[in-house]
Amino acid sequence: MIDFLISRLISAMLVIVGVVCLVFLLIHLIPGDPVDVMLGESAQLVDRESLRRALGLDQPLSIQLIQYLSGVLRLDLGYSLHSERSVVSLLAERIPATLQLAFAAMLCAFLIALPMGILAAFKRGGVWDWGAMSFSALGISIPNFWLGPILILLFSLWLGWTPVSGRQSVSSLVLPAVTLGTGFAAILARMIRSSLLEVLGEDYVRTARAKGLDEPRVMWRHAMRNAWLPVVTLIGLQMGALLGGAVVTEVVFDWPGIGSLMIDAIHKRDYPVVQGCVLFVSLTYVLINTLTDIVYGLVDPRIQHGGGV
Amino acid sequence: MIWRWLPVCVLLLWAMAAFFGDVLSTGANRIDLEHILTGPGQAGLLGFDDLGRPVMQRLLAGAQTSFAVAFGVVSISLVLGTAIGLLAAYQGGWLDLFIVRLIDIFLAFPGILLAIALAGVMGPGLDNLIIALTVVGWVGYARLARGQVLSLRERDHVTAAIALGSSRWFIITRHMLPLVAAPLIVEATFGIAGMVIAEAGLSFLGLGIQPPDASWGSMIRDGTTYMLVAPHLVLAPGLVMMLVVLSLNLLGDRLRDRLDIRLATEQRKS
Repeated sequence: MIDFLISRLISAMLVIVGVVCLVFLLIHLIPGDPVDVMLGESAQLVDRESLRRALGLDQPLSIQLIQYLSGVLRLDLGYSLHSERSVVSLLAERIPATLQLAFAAMLCAFLIALPMGILAAFKRGGVWDWGAMSFSALGISIPNFWLGPILILLFSLWLGWTPVSGRQSVSSLVLPAVTLGTGFAAILARMIRSSLLEVLGEDYVRTARAKGLDEPRVMWRHAMRNAWLPVVTLIGLQMGALLGGAVVTEVVFDWPGIGSLMIDAIHKRDYPVVQGCVLFVSLTYVLINTLTDIVYGLVDPRIQHGGGV
Repeated sequence: MIWRWLPVCVLLLWAMAAFFGDVLSTGANRIDLEHILTGPGQAGLLGFDDLGRPVMQRLLAGAQTSFAVAFGVVSISLVLGTAIGLLAAYQGGWLDLFIVRLIDIFLAFPGILLAIALAGVMGPGLDNLIIALTVVGWVGYARLARGQVLSLRERDHVTAAIALGSSRWFIITRHMLPLVAAPLIVEATFGIAGMVIAEAGLSFLGLGIQPPDASWGSMIRDGTTYMLVAPHLVLAPGLVMMLVVLSLNLLGDRLRDRLDIRLATEQRKS
């Protein structure tokens, strides 16, 4: 057990160090001189040199990397070039909005996918199954940046039920959450269906039916409990797509989260902020995946021993 | 029966629009001030945009962009990823360990995030867009190829080939690649769908194709400003893109079912 925990934590640490190194290297991918790109070629020499010093670009690459790594450990990600505020304070201001959107999208995905997946599995081959699978195929194929504007057109502009953009009230959360959650719901519904279908073919479900249990009890007590395991793994893996998709969704709805901060920073060439946003989202994703791994290992002892499911 | 062929028809149309795009989409950037924001009608099949450019022609030009980017990125990623995965699995040792760690690190960046950051930092444009998407794209193929080769390495026919004294190159190309190809082709089909969305997504954010060139993503972005007066500017490119992506996903599903030998034998048994 302890070995399993230690090995998971070590591999997570290695990934985190790798992610920080890659994010550090981002600024060095800027074609030409990064300082020229950020300030423009007409900037004064004094300003250019002071920015070069502030970003540590006057140091050798290895020293810059060590400084960046130690900065990350001290939660110091540098300063925004535009607002002159610390990147950490800018991130802290935006984190609640992104988390709120991600959780709302997940909730929305569950509300759609759970009944749909269960009905599709239990009524296999019927209208419900066909409907759920059609929704799933469509949901995976509709990009956020198109679904968002269509929902705005329908529910905000034509029907006037929800605000067009921003984060003023609970109602302004509905459309972004549905936009971000639809793709997730589509994958989740498909996974719940296939996982349930697999479980429903098992001997213990047949035994439960043979001993005369009614269908709801067979479903909740025997089928659902075992069908959850692959679904939980999928949720961990899909969090990445959800967090990545949040960037685009936030831009569509002008949602004041990390995604819109990042895109703003890209357009303003405020690279320390871009680095901070990428780092925050990636580290959150690594953390979620490691936690999922550990929880999964605790729930299913076969994984700790390398047996796999 | 007809609807089974629908995805193939949509994809053929997409390919035709891409290959004959130069001829079909002439006038995609021609400004016609008299028709600004005009809806679909006699003058233009799908109407005109905010600068009076024909939406139909711009859709065809966008098809060319999405086709070139998606196939370009997936081809490069597929070759690169497969080579890296094969090398890692076959060589083993520290090289395998290093590549597995590298794959883990790249997979730690959620979805399209790294591509957005890369495209943002390197600057907009077609070349940078392809580089950014390839940097993100190779990982999936490398992981898949590595996993497949690891399981194939223990198969009897490979052991027999080693016993016969076949060269490493011969074993990889003749005994492994043909068996690894099926799952990689399925993955690539879904990959093309993902890249169509990714290209349009980056162009939507202003980080991909730059004006006046057309991309379905930038058409949707420009259209959102005039959604109330000219909804066709958002509806047309989105619907076309959804049809293409849906067709690719359906084709991928069908290929997976057909190429999955285990599933096919199970179905025959039942």
